[in-house]
Amino acid sequence: MFTRDKGLKSKTKYRSIWADIIGVVVTIIVFILPFYFLVVNAAKSQEESFRLNMSPPEKWLLFQNIAKVISDYDWHVLNATKNSLVLTIFSVFFLIIISGMTGFVMHRKRDKVSGVANFLVLTALVIPPAIVPTIWVLQRIGLYKTLAGMIAIEVAYGLAFAILIFRNFIGTIPKEIDEAAIVDGCTGWNLYFRIIFPLLKPVSITIGIISTAAVFNDFTNPLYYLPGDENATLQQTLFAYVSRYSTQYNLLFADILYITAFPLLAFIFFNKRIVSGMTAGSIKG
Amino acid sequence: MKKKRIKSPYASSLYWPGGVIYMVLFFIPTVLSLFFSLTRWTLQDWEFIGFENFTLYFSEENLRIGFRNTIIYAVLTSGLKVIFALYLASFLSSKLRATGFIRSVLFFPTLVSTIGVGITFSVLMNPYEGVINAALKWVAGLFGKTTDGPGWLIDPNLLPIVSIALVDVWKGVGIATLIYIAGMAAIPRDYYEASSIDGASTRQQFYQVTIPLVRPAMFSVIILSFVGGLRSFDLIWAMTGGGPGFISDVLASINYKQYTSGYYGLSTAGNVILFVLVSILVFPLSRYLNKKEVVM
Repeated sequence: MFTRDKGLKSKTKYRSIWADIIGVVVTIIVFILPFYFLVVNAAKSQEESFRLNMSPPEKWLLFQNIAKVISDYDWHVLNATKNSLVLTIFSVFFLIIISGMTGFVMHRKRDKVSGVANFLVLTALVIPPAIVPTIWVLQRIGLYKTLAGMIAIEVAYGLAFAILIFRNFIGTIPKEIDEAAIVDGCTGWNLYFRIIFPLLKPVSITIGIISTAAVFNDFTNPLYYLPGDENATLQQTLFAYVSRYSTQYNLLFADILYITAFPLLAFIFFNKRIVSGMTAGSIKG
Repeated sequence: MKKKRIKSPYASSLYWPGGVIYMVLFFIPTVLSLFFSLTRWTLQDWEFIGFENFTLYFSEENLRIGFRNTIIYAVLTSGLKVIFALYLASFLSSKLRATGFIRSVLFFPTLVSTIGVGITFSVLMNPYEGVINAALKWVAGLFGKTTDGPGWLIDPNLLPIVSIALVDVWKGVGIATLIYIAGMAAIPRDYYEASSIDGASTRQQFYQVTIPLVRPAMFSVIILSFVGGLRSFDLIWAMTGGGPGFISDVLASINYKQYTSGYYGLSTAGNVILFVLVSILVFPLSRYLNKKEVVM
């Protein structure tokens, strides 16, 4: 027994060195090289970037290029940055508040309503939203082409997934905590916001990260519900610049890099939290 | 406990904010779409025309392509993600020093802008100046052969939609891998110990222990990526815009084109068709997968 065990161990150890090397090399070629390509071409001069190759730039012009992208067209990208940040921050804030309370009451109060709500959440996860009728509804309530309307849309579309994860997490919080609070006279909205919501911090952060990425990178929904130049989000500017910068690849890539910088920073700061949070949330769904 | 019976301490009014937003911006538009798909519609007023939108939609040549592409795209992206992510997850679950690095790198594309990824890859896949074909030429040269490389996004057949699907897999395989890793972490070590005492090889353990027990995670990956694939729009729009011609159009991009041309009724009919397609494929699939799930 012992010898066999030892044999197994040394075998896996031997393998793992090669597995390590192959794994890292393949990862670099498949996942890092495209980003490398992006960075070097964003740092090149216009003529140099036109060759579209992987060689490093003769002179690094990265910050000049990004500054040019931001200030071009009357600071259009700066305005879009503002729109994107406002949209993302408010959508994520309301999404966390609203889906948490819905998930709580769905889990704790088992009745006909929670059955219906469960069904609606599962359907909303699967079926595509009806776009033109939604525009019609937004026009009727005066929210079409407004950031407020766009925020409401992002909340509505993110709700199902967030509720599902909140509900699963709330299942792990013992009911005794509710009961202790109820005995002390804390019920209704107070029960949720004073007692339960503070306990949901880890899952709130997970939802916050996932939905920040989803809203910030959302292209399709602002395309339909938030048209207009002054309303453009960062993703919209990127798409518009494909034609605007069709001969200036360096600026096009600088714009992509500028937009990627936001998730990149989040990724560097929250990497562990993201990975653990994502796995915690997704597996039970 | 008596108090509870008189009035529940859990306030039903907690449903209100979520319920109102869901009703107004999701449920009502969905119900309305069933009606407006039967009209000629300018957003101001409508004229009831029965099923004319649907017959028009189905009579168009490029719609057949759109249908075919939607299915191909969804099957290909979810299939490749399910398989690649399974092997990646088991590779990353084994004892490696580079696990943390590979896992982070693998996951990063999920956070990056889809449009940015699409633009970058459409440049990399450029058939004449693109880096990918340059690399292929170089590799072919090593073996003493010459090749022009495929016309990834401009090929007149199926290749453009397949190329876009590959980029989708590149971007989404990280999240699928994470779901698998979580599923594998939940498998009790006892199963591996017991099977290795019985003399099972690593390979046998993978097929006989890991795969059956990681099924719940696998089903999450299948459903999530299949639904995502059927509804996919932004990556396709950024990479080819449905072109060349209508070669890489999917239902979602056809609907967008009809919307921008002002055919609101027709676009809504397309939306209903997508809705029906997703429903008849996904709900039976998820029921089937749930039945097959083993209890640990």
